[in-house]
Amino acid sequence: MEVLKIATAGSVDDGKSTLIGRLLYDTKSLTDDKLEAIEKTSKQKGYDYLDFSLVTDGLVAEREQGITIDVAHIYFSTPNKSYIIADTPGHVEYTRNMVTGASTSQAAIILIDARKGVIEQTNRHFFINNLLRIKDVIVAVNKMDLVDFSEARYQEIKSDFEELMGKRDYQDQKITFIPVSALKGDNVVNRSENMTWYKGQTLLEHFEALDKEDVYNVGTPRFPVQYVIRPKTEEFHDFRGFAGKVYGGELSVGDEVVVLPSMTKSRIKEIYFYDKKYQTATRRSSVTITLEDEVNVSRGDMLVKVGDLPTVNKEFTATISWMDSQNLNLGNKYVLQHGVNKVLAKVENIHHKIEPDYSGVDESVNSLAMNDIALVTFRLNKPIFYDTFKEHRTNGSFILIDNQTNNTAGVGFIE
Amino acid sequence: MRIAYIKNKLLTIDESFVFRVKYQTNNSILSTIESEIDTVLSVEHSEVLGALRNNDLENEAIYIFREVAAQFERPVLLFSGGKDSITLVRLAQKAFFPAKIPFPLLHIDTGHNFPETIAFRDKLVKELGVELIVRNVQDSIDQGKVVEESGKYASRNTLQTTTLLDAIEEFKFDACIGGARRDEEKARAKERVFSVRDDFGQWDEKNQRPEVFDMLNGQIELGQNVRVFPISNWTELDVWSYIQKENIEIPSIYFAHKRKIFLRDGFIWSAEDDVVFRAEDEVVEERMVRFRTVGDMSCTAAVLSEADTIEKVVGEIRESKISERGARIDDKRSEAAMEKRKQQGYF
Repeated sequence: MEVLKIATAGSVDDGKSTLIGRLLYDTKSLTDDKLEAIEKTSKQKGYDYLDFSLVTDGLVAEREQGITIDVAHIYFSTPNKSYIIADTPGHVEYTRNMVTGASTSQAAIILIDARKGVIEQTNRHFFINNLLRIKDVIVAVNKMDLVDFSEARYQEIKSDFEELMGKRDYQDQKITFIPVSALKGDNVVNRSENMTWYKGQTLLEHFEALDKEDVYNVGTPRFPVQYVIRPKTEEFHDFRGFAGKVYGGELSVGDEVVVLPSMTKSRIKEIYFYDKKYQTATRRSSVTITLEDEVNVSRGDMLVKVGDLPTVNKEFTATISWMDSQNLNLGNKYVLQHGVNKVLAKVENIHHKIEPDYSGVDESVNSLAMNDIALVTFRLNKPIFYDTFKEHRTNGSFILIDNQTNNTAGVGFIE
Repeated sequence: MRIAYIKNKLLTIDESFVFRVKYQTNNSILSTIESEIDTVLSVEHSEVLGALRNNDLENEAIYIFREVAAQFERPVLLFSGGKDSITLVRLAQKAFFPAKIPFPLLHIDTGHNFPETIAFRDKLVKELGVELIVRNVQDSIDQGKVVEESGKYASRNTLQTTTLLDAIEEFKFDACIGGARRDEEKARAKERVFSVRDDFGQWDEKNQRPEVFDMLNGQIELGQNVRVFPISNWTELDVWSYIQKENIEIPSIYFAHKRKIFLRDGFIWSAEDDVVFRAEDEVVEERMVRFRTVGDMSCTAAVLSEADTIEKVVGEIRESKISERGARIDDKRSEAAMEKRKQQGYF
């Protein structure tokens, strides 16, 4: 089954929840009881249209304030695909949620209010989607009904946005512009009758047409070992299987592999998925691998193909997004979780912090607060086996855990 | 010849194509063909199959199970006998094969179970060879820890929380795996895969750990525990399709059967079971019904249905215009009902 996960981002009032509600409504994904609840509540509040934001704004605090404050997941499907929308808030203080939502998504929607145009928030959303290397991005110019469905206004916003695009680091990102009215349903699922000047696809048509190659980057195979399976039963007496997920490429029976960090070589003997054996483990499959030789492998080790080694190092530099209420300071120590591997890390150097308006960098910092994005060098107590984030989304990222609170305090993208 | 031809054809077919075809033509026929082909292939290749066909949701769930086994000392799988927890069991089997599931199952028994569910539970546990722990809500009531609700809408659904928290403390469980899904209810839509509970079992929804990429942070302090939701990203239809594809056995009450029922507030209630309160003026009639969830009998309503096979059930879910929890009276109590129960430690 094909699943496409989409991150949405927008400012407080640009109608993100309404857009999602519209997607659900027009794909007939809202069940009668949910629809009934929406109608009832909208009526109680005295609205003269259906308030779709009630579909997504789940928590009591949000309903009280009328805003979205955390990542919510919304599900719908067409005959063609299953969709998961990670709905993330667009307030200044919630960069961390946007990063979270984008990290597991393959596509993103950036919403712009047609009356306001490109604002600082737009810049932020674009920056984060680019930082996380989301391959497919839709810029939805919303509330077109409030600017008389004006093509001139749409073009103006488009060229403003294109100016931002020149500055981006990840140039291969595919960006598509669509003029929509979420409230009235123009160009979301159904074609707009009010904007015949727009000849492109609707939002849903765009996602329906996306292939796996459009959203996943192909890299080299990496197999971090999660768990060692030793059944110790009569039938599987000497069985030692290495359980994990295959990232970046495929692994096949007979492949010559290196076990990191021991650098021992062996060959793949069997690939199990449940009780069946396969010739090839495809990308993102959770399999169990056995090796030809008796090799010592434990959790946190990694199998890679001979000749395809990642970098093995105790020091590296990464862009990090800080997510904790306690500051990151020069010299602090954290648990660094890289995939399923954990090591201790010390903050060696904070090179610079990105200015909140993305106009440049601030080099005079030695502390980071929540929602800051910065370039930091870490020194580790043990080497890890990594790729750069550019080369490998999974093997180039890590999280930082505060040992006092156990909180996930930050996420890093290795340079 | 023929087999080799089919095999080569199959290997070139993109899975999304299969998915598309499946939905545009008669689903049951296609899955029959699919399983026939699988059988033919496994006969010829009794040893090794070709490239593994990917199911993203299944791979994700297996990954989560393995993280639980690796990161925690005393995990437990919460088993209600419902289709979601039965699906969890199959996924756990897949995660650890050829080893047994490396943790026990825990059933918080409300005493209001459908008898079919209990019989099913005991049979499954025997097949798996894993330990089953049962803790009863009745005991919590007898010990005076909770007070039985009374009246028309009395259920033991909220009382389960106390029994669960006591069991967690008794066995020092540090990870409780459950079958909750984000699509069920909007407060659940914000739940993490690894969701930390403090030593009072409370959920602090405003202070949740960010979950980025695949990385799961299971670090906790002594006394805390983590609720784990491997099928967070599955929808009701995904679960049913999986049960069909995997040929997983489920309790008979999920299929249409004749049952004595009565109507109240637009819901269909079982009139065959004593625990369901029925006023004298509520008329009993016999209808073909099935259940979409198998929670506490006293708060689980049935739906009218003719779907007596898994194919028909999947078809019905696909067409359905009422959400699954629409038949759960406990959620209707207030708009924030689920969120409140979750803060108190409900699953």
